[in-house]
Amino acid sequence: MVRLGGAVRSSLAQRLVALTGRGVLHVVVIGIALVWLIPSLGLAVTSLRPPGDIAASGWWTVLGQPRFTLDNYAEVLSSQGLAQNFLNSLFITVPSTILPLSIGALAAFGFAWLRFPGRDWIFLGVLAMMIIPIQVSLVPSLLLFRTLGLTGSYVGIWLAHTAFGLPFAIFLLRNFFVQLPRDLIEAAQMDGASSLGIFRRIIVPLSVPAIASLAVFQFLWVWNDLLMALIFVQQPSQQPLTVAMSTLLSTYGQEFNLLSAASFILMVVPLIVFFSLQRYFVRGITAGAVK
Amino acid sequence: MRRRVRRLQGFAFTAPALVLMTVFLVAPMLFTIRLSLDTGRGFQLREFIGLDNFVRLLTRDRLFLDLSDFPPSGAVFNNLLWIFLYVGLCVGLGLLIAVLADRVRYESIVKSIVFLPQAISATAVGVIWLLIYAPNARVGLLNAGLGAVGVDPVSWIGSRDTVNYAIIVAAVWAGTGLAVVVFSAAIKSIPTDIIEAARVDGAGPFQTFRHITLPLISLPVSVITITLIIGVIKVFDIVYIMSRGGPNGASRVIAYSFFEETFQAGKVGYGAAVAVLMVLLIVPIVALNIRRFRAGETVR
Repeated sequence: MVRLGGAVRSSLAQRLVALTGRGVLHVVVIGIALVWLIPSLGLAVTSLRPPGDIAASGWWTVLGQPRFTLDNYAEVLSSQGLAQNFLNSLFITVPSTILPLSIGALAAFGFAWLRFPGRDWIFLGVLAMMIIPIQVSLVPSLLLFRTLGLTGSYVGIWLAHTAFGLPFAIFLLRNFFVQLPRDLIEAAQMDGASSLGIFRRIIVPLSVPAIASLAVFQFLWVWNDLLMALIFVQQPSQQPLTVAMSTLLSTYGQEFNLLSAASFILMVVPLIVFFSLQRYFVRGITAGAVK
Repeated sequence: MRRRVRRLQGFAFTAPALVLMTVFLVAPMLFTIRLSLDTGRGFQLREFIGLDNFVRLLTRDRLFLDLSDFPPSGAVFNNLLWIFLYVGLCVGLGLLIAVLADRVRYESIVKSIVFLPQAISATAVGVIWLLIYAPNARVGLLNAGLGAVGVDPVSWIGSRDTVNYAIIVAAVWAGTGLAVVVFSAAIKSIPTDIIEAARVDGAGPFQTFRHITLPLISLPVSVITITLIIGVIKVFDIVYIMSRGGPNGASRVIAYSFFEETFQAGKVGYGAAVAVLMVLLIVPIVALNIRRFRAGETVR
């Protein structure tokens, strides 16, 4: 027992050292988390304060005089018309997600499971297209939309987002599709299933996780896009939230009551996606990093 | 007969995608290359001027590349600054956070917090940080902090000397999460007995990191580094939102120059030359990436 007591004492000293080390570790890690939280927190608090308070004292003093209001949100949504821009963002984003996903999935199936001359070379070309920066396409596409009379509608930006989403969509889905069991597909072919039937009844149901990750990635990419909307959507009444936000910034540069509320409206959909689909979200973003 | 049908099917499945990509990617790129050899005034081919646009961009455009002063300035130099600072900080902080978070029980919460800005558009990130940088010390947290230690407020975005650093810090806040998640996954895939063996042999945490962890995750580190560098060459949104490339063009980056010259100044051919330069910068980086990746695979 006595010997055991000695052992306990020495391990107590060791544990004290280890404990101090762990203390420092916790302080550093929690500190990092705080640094990453504070900027968003500041914006959230600011968006809920009356304009007078925002100008008079910093958001970090809010606990001293906790006065909150939703007036800033009401003002940007109604007088600044952001409710309309929110809808516009949806009108742009939903088709710009569905189109590249469905067209891309069909093509990926073709590249993965159908044989046709030049297939692998064409696929290589698709891969090469992933690195083309959108800047090289903006002016020619804009001219094309003007010629076709598409500048006043969303068709132009849908097509452009689709075309730019395709190389990555095909790359990701094709790599997923080729890993599906060959036996399953060959058996279905034996049974006389058509290619379209195999695609719909075997490939797509087995690829839901990959398709979901890609959908989340493409949805956020389009929702958060500023550059393409800035150039392809020129009617103010049709512009998405990102463009409305940049207009708001140039008009009310330092009026953070409006800017912060507007930013939160812009962030709310991505945040919902983040919290509800985190698994697909992380997968989609990390895979999409190559884009 | 059956085989012929199969062939046609292959084309049928891929055709919609191939047509769209040809119309909006391949053909536009060719037209942009042609446009870069033209004045392009009025958004059309006007006058063939050879390589004049490129020569002017690289030698006589002080906002694009100015080597006459020290330190050099201009969009190209700013992009270089972005590569060193933004990529360096994202990778460095990404490693640090991935390693440290690995040792605490609330790891997933910390990683979620750092990853969260990945969901937010650069537009919103810009506003979040404009609030931090607000020149008024009663609004901006950074100037309030400086005021507490007796330093006068700084106009972070309004001054040529600080604007680039200010925007880069905001971008690092938004971009580090990606590195953290990728590095963290790589660290977790290292077998624990290797780390354990190093510890038994008396290696401290720093030695273990330097000699065991880092070499084993060098492939993801280089992939993320190159991915971030390519992202830097395309960076536009956050600069547009935070500073519009100002003051007086001090925070322009290459993609911003493209936008400014093409759509603000109407020098379409000149802007096209900037776009072509972007492609020329990205291609060798990607080629290098593929080579390294292949090399990594053969070693394994």
